[in-house]
Amino acid sequence: MTDQAHNHHHYVDDTEAHVRVPRYSGMARINHWIVAITFTLLALSGFALFHPSLFGLTALFGGGQNARWIHPWLGIVLVISFFGLFLRFVSQNLPERTDAQWLSGIRHVLSAGGEAYLPEVGKYNAGQKFVFWSQTFFIVVLLGSGLLLWQQGLPYIENALGIRISIDQRRWAAVIHATVAVLTILVFVIHVYSAIWVRGTIDAMTRGSVTGGWGWRHHRRWLRRKVREGDIDVEPNGDGGKGRAP
Amino acid sequence: MFPPVPNPSVEPQKPQFGDQDMVRRSASTVPAPGRQLTPMAKLIDVSKCIGCKACQAACLEWNDLREEVGTFHGVLDNPLDLTPDSLTVMRFTEWINPGTDTLEWLIRKDGCMHCAEPGCLIACPAPGAIVQYSNGIVDFIHENCIGCGYCVKGCPFNIPRISRVDNTAYKCTLCSDRVAVGQGPACQKACPTQAIVWGTKDEMKGWADARIKDLKSRGFANAGLYDPPGVGGTHVMYVLHHADQPHIYAGLPDNPRVSPLVKAWKGVGKYAGMGLIALSVVAGVIHHLVQGPNRVTREDEEDAERLAGDRP
Repeated sequence: MTDQAHNHHHYVDDTEAHVRVPRYSGMARINHWIVAITFTLLALSGFALFHPSLFGLTALFGGGQNARWIHPWLGIVLVISFFGLFLRFVSQNLPERTDAQWLSGIRHVLSAGGEAYLPEVGKYNAGQKFVFWSQTFFIVVLLGSGLLLWQQGLPYIENALGIRISIDQRRWAAVIHATVAVLTILVFVIHVYSAIWVRGTIDAMTRGSVTGGWGWRHHRRWLRRKVREGDIDVEPNGDGGKGRAP
Repeated sequence: MFPPVPNPSVEPQKPQFGDQDMVRRSASTVPAPGRQLTPMAKLIDVSKCIGCKACQAACLEWNDLREEVGTFHGVLDNPLDLTPDSLTVMRFTEWINPGTDTLEWLIRKDGCMHCAEPGCLIACPAPGAIVQYSNGIVDFIHENCIGCGYCVKGCPFNIPRISRVDNTAYKCTLCSDRVAVGQGPACQKACPTQAIVWGTKDEMKGWADARIKDLKSRGFANAGLYDPPGVGGTHVMYVLHHADQPHIYAGLPDNPRVSPLVKAWKGVGKYAGMGLIALSVVAGVIHHLVQGPNRVTREDEEDAERLAGDRP
């Protein structure tokens, strides 16, 4: 398959796909939605306190005091819900030999149709594993630094642990929290952009399944496994099970 | 004796300064003020302080604050630390002078120093919660405060305290309301020994010079003025008998400055952070424009169907 050949391809609407492959259970999707929504609210309330020109975002939360109050609690919801995602997905995100191969072909990753030059990947490619592990690490650091910045909550933590956090330690926490927040948002942008650019991906988040062609193109080893396990839906009438007009 | 501020007339007076005299406003900008007020200062002469706490009482009285009744800790400090209600506290130190092997009782009235370069204001994310007037007063505007505690991280002197009642930050106002009608701070008014005096910053420096000369003549060779240049000078200054080692006065910083961490965080950091995020979004848009969407082809679907046994 060459890049040139792609120009003559007929792109398919997913309603024409005869095969749909389940990718995420309902619970996994709910879990992801909770993470997605809390992450977005955290970013908005965090931006408001990060750059003066964005302080107006506090209006979304009912003012500065409310934004300041809700941010750490949202953070705790995120940590708990992200831990759920971590447990669900960690086994599929362990590094393997093909990851290095995939990464060395990063220029093919970034070009539409470059998949032909990449190794067949399982449920997650090395880029997705990078998102998984970096967000895991960043959220742990944000939790630690965030607790030190929590003006109202910190005294309880100090008393419970019998420690005192110095002001200089809180300054470090502020710098680390802001820096890692920027990094986590950069990874979020990569994550969201990839889902948009690679058409058919959002289906996995909203409907829980993808087309067979999507699996073949992007996660062929995963598709082969699903076929082997018989965990696919074949719809000969080709409406993808939705009964929608093509 | 420094000439005291005369008692005010009982007629209502217009405030002599206000919003139009702001030189800085947290997380926002202000137009350059049309006039420059005379910089004012409070001078605390530690060598004249008798530790009577009249200043603490006057502060509570004028600001209508009531400190919680505490417990005795075996020291004269009461309360032990600044609180949202106690905007000033006397800190007592028993110090053995290694040169003379004698005990010296160092008493320092702690409170906001009203820095020319205020770390609290630099760190504050809430527009207008901290303001600085051209007479040098740094004031907290409570209705704009969100209680995040960033001022605590910004302050090199560990002064602001966040109230657990209304979740806003409190500190000495330098009695901005009294100063606005030509009066000095309440603590200064109450001080029985003129350990606290009030006037223009120039007057206070001149008065301090005379005090330092007097102290030196009495054997305090290192007497001096504490007006730390690291924060651009302060509008609350100390005369110290051991100005070469401010830290002996209950941890007064030797060389206070706004922490480089705070400056990086609220300076270049906020631009770099927003810039990087904006850049990543722009990179995504450009990539999409150049590459177009990465679509699944009919061939992909057919290959999948073949694999699934749905197609020969």
